[in-house]
Formats: sequence, structure tokens, C-alpha cells
Amino acid sequence: MASPLLDVRAIDAFYGDFQALFGVSLRVNAGEVVAVIGANGAGKSTLLKTIAGLMHPRGGDVLFGGEAIGNAAAFDVVRHGIALVPEGRRLFPSLTVEENLLIGGQSRRPGPWTLQRIYDLFPILAERRHLPSTSLSGGQQQMAAIGRALMSNPRLLLCDEISLGLAPIIVREIYARLPKIVAEGLSLIIVEQDIAQALKASAQVYCLQEGRIALQGAARELTRESISAAYFGV
Amino acid sequence: MTEWLNVILQGVLIGGLYAMFAAGLSLIFGVMRLVNIAHGDLIVLAAYVALMVTQTLGLDPLTSLLLVVPAMALIGYALQRLLLNRTLGDDLLPPLLVTFGLSIIIQNGLLELFTADSRKLQAGAIEVQTFQMMEGVWVGALPLIQFIVAVAVIAGLQMLFYRTALGRAFRATSDDQAVAQLMGLDTRHVFAMAMALSLAVVAIAGVFLAVRANFDPSIGPARLIFGFEAVIIGGLGSMWGTLAGGVILGVSQAVGAQIDPGWQLLAGHLAFLAILAVRPQGLFPKVSG
Repeated sequence: MASPLLDVRAIDAFYGDFQALFGVSLRVNAGEVVAVIGANGAGKSTLLKTIAGLMHPRGGDVLFGGEAIGNAAAFDVVRHGIALVPEGRRLFPSLTVEENLLIGGQSRRPGPWTLQRIYDLFPILAERRHLPSTSLSGGQQQMAAIGRALMSNPRLLLCDEISLGLAPIIVREIYARLPKIVAEGLSLIIVEQDIAQALKASAQVYCLQEGRIALQGAARELTRESISAAYFGV
Repeated sequence: MTEWLNVILQGVLIGGLYAMFAAGLSLIFGVMRLVNIAHGDLIVLAAYVALMVTQTLGLDPLTSLLLVVPAMALIGYALQRLLLNRTLGDDLLPPLLVTFGLSIIIQNGLLELFTADSRKLQAGAIEVQTFQMMEGVWVGALPLIQFIVAVAVIAGLQMLFYRTALGRAFRATSDDQAVAQLMGLDTRHVFAMAMALSLAVVAIAGVFLAVRANFDPSIGPARLIFGFEAVIIGGLGSMWGTLAGGVILGVSQAVGAQIDPGWQLLAGHLAFLAILAVRPQGLFPKVSG
């Protein structure tokens, strides 16, 4: 079996003395979409932050393309080819839409994604390119945040709660673009509270509960009962 | 009438110098929320660096900028990487205390090396050249050059901030450090570049200060106050606001000095207080999105 693109090996993560992740392991193969689900505070965002280098695991390690990146700084992890779409979008308010996208390309990794390709994927952004990012609606901000992450030409895209606070029709619209992104050879980790959406978009599912993996498996094989048991811990 | 016109004109021209004091200060606070208490002493340090360069190489002060500006920029980069980056965090106090200590170290270091004697950079014939603008209104060549340079510096900074990748990185880092890192920006390097740029402007301000008047190791803190006042009068919105702040401070001081020579500084502080009372956010505040 080929070695996975991302191999998270039994990581422990802490906020001060509070342990948020307990021996969490996860694998993502090239071109695969993996969903991470779980209740509030289960450790989903912590897992993504640790992979992206914003936090460092105290135990275990993160291997990307066979290389250990657990202790790499966030700006260095981007250069390896991992991009995070942060929870709450977090566009730079002082920058225009286009400047937000350009700064995503700061690391100058070569690859298929250019400003033009992002505008083809999300045409509304092209119309608003010179406006302040704060003038965008929530859904448009989410598109800009995804575009900004893609501009670094990652091999792995981490999406943290892209449906949060958005109308269902907008969420469907954004999810409809994900296959185009995967078609460029990217792997995805989707962290979601919207379980139905996550199951539809992904091949593999991991369910976190209080910092531990409570369930994992192929999306189509997991039953409703097993998911709700893992989700709620009942 | 022309007497007052002269006074105001002199105030405007000196305001350019104050704007240069302020620009570096505002840049650093804007990018990394660091209040640099040593800013005034760094201006004086630049003046002494220029003094050494002009004396050892026999250059005139304006030409010495070619060496003083990169030297100060380098000092700024190293200072940020080796010292100030370690003090940055959620708390504003540690960098404040460290730069306060730095201020004392620079003053005493200069005192050891150069004594407390007053010095001045000699720019030669250009110092006494004047033009008649209109009947009874005269303007010195050097103050005019100083003002033009100040406008060019402000315009340059404004362009750098809004038209270049470095400026984009400064603004993004100022907005959200964590996400800036996710974009591949090493914020330690971005901060060091900001300090390098700040001290490059400090170098220009220091040389003009040293050509204009006597200086000694103790005059830094007063320049820091002028810089602060210009920043706060102008508001933190734009570099042009900083220029306006410098000019308002300069004109207030000139008008005060004209009424009574002892009122120069007082008038500047009063103008500052008046604006702070009426518009605490400054004249050109940052537009919040």
C-alpha cells in the first residue's frame, strides 16, 4: 500500500494544561476527501490547527509526504503544501478581495491555481475584486477564504466549518465547487457540524468525541446509529 | 501681515521634520502594536552615525544619507529580530518596558562615546541660502528641501503600504497575525522589515535634525514627544494624516514662539491637547470596516 499523503500519528495537543487531543491518528491519501465530524469542543479545530502548524503536538507526530512537520511553524507548513481555510473565514479586513487572494499566493508554490482560476471558480469574486473584503456577504467571504487558501497551491486543503453561519443554499453552492478543487489533485479535510453535507462530500469519516477518535470508516458504510452514538457518546 | 505669513511658513516646513519623526513611530505601532519609547533616541543615534560618517569620510550631510539610511535599517532589522520580537505578545507592557530601557542605554552609550557636548552637522553654503517667495516672505533652501523630502517620504510610505507585496504583508500582519502565518508570512521577518523601514525614516529625520540645530545625547525624549503628538493629531488612519499632524504641530509652535519666545513648546502641547479633547481619534482616524 502506498504511504498516505498525510499521516497524523497518535498526537496529543494541549491548551496550557488542558489536553484537547488524546492520541488522535488520521490518514489522508492523495486525492482523497476526509471528513472530521464531532460536537462542539470535540477537538476538530484543534486537530486542524495542529496539522497547519498553529499548534504543536506534545506527543506523536504529523507526517506530510513522509516528512515530519509536527514542529514546523505555520508559515513553513504552507510552503510544504498545506493550506487552512480558518473557521469564521478571517479575511484580512484592511485588504481588498484581490489583495486577500494575492497574499494567499505569498508562498509562491507552483501549481494550477492562479488569480484567474480562482475567479473562474468563483465568478462573483472577480466582480468584487477591488472592493474591501468586509463588503462581501458571508458566502462570498467563504469563497474568498477558500480562494485565498488555494492560491498557495496546496496539496492538502483543510476546511474548518465552511458551512458555519451560512444559508443552506449558499452551503450547497460552495460544496458544489469542491469536486472541481479535488479534480486538480488536491486532498481535502473537511471539518463540519453539518454531518449530512460532510458525509455526501467525503470518502472517509472520522468522528471526534472529547478529543479522541470515537469512530472512523468509509462514509457510505457508516450507519446513522453508529454516527449518532459516536457523536453524542451514547 | 507678511511677518505672520513667514511664521506660518516656517512652521509648515518644520512640520515636515515632525512628520518624519512620527511616520516611523506610527508605522511600528500600526504593524505590530509596539510603542517604541526609544524612537527619539534612535533619531539622535542616527544623527551621531551621520556625524561619524561625515567626519571620517568627509561627505556632506545629505550625501551621508546614502550610508546612514542603510546602516540604520540594518540596525532596525537586527534590533527587531534579536530583541524586540521576543517581547511581543498579547501584553503591550513588555515591549514598552524594553524600549524604555533601550532609550536609557542609547542615551548613556552616546554620552560615553561622544560626551554631553552639543554637536551640529555642517551642510555648507546651502544652510544660509534663501529664496524670496513674495514681497517680504523668505524661505530657506534647507527647510524647503527638508519639507520636500518629508513629503516624498510620506508619499513613498503610502505607496509602499498600498501598492507593494511588502505593504500588503504589513497590513495583513497588522490585521491578523495567526492567519498571516497561515499565508506563509514569517511574522518575525515582517516585523523586522517594518522596524528596518522605520529606522530608515529615522535616519533621514536624524540627519535633517542634526543639520538644522545643535544636538546632544539627551534630546531624544523630546523628539519622541513631538512624534507622538504628530501621530495623535493626525490619527492612525493614513500617512498623510501624520504629515498633517506634523504640520499642525509645527505651525502651533511657530505661532506660539512668535507671540512669546518662551511659548514655543507650550503652544505645540496646547494645540495637541485641544485636538485630543475635541477629536480624540485624531483628524484622520482609521476607517473601521
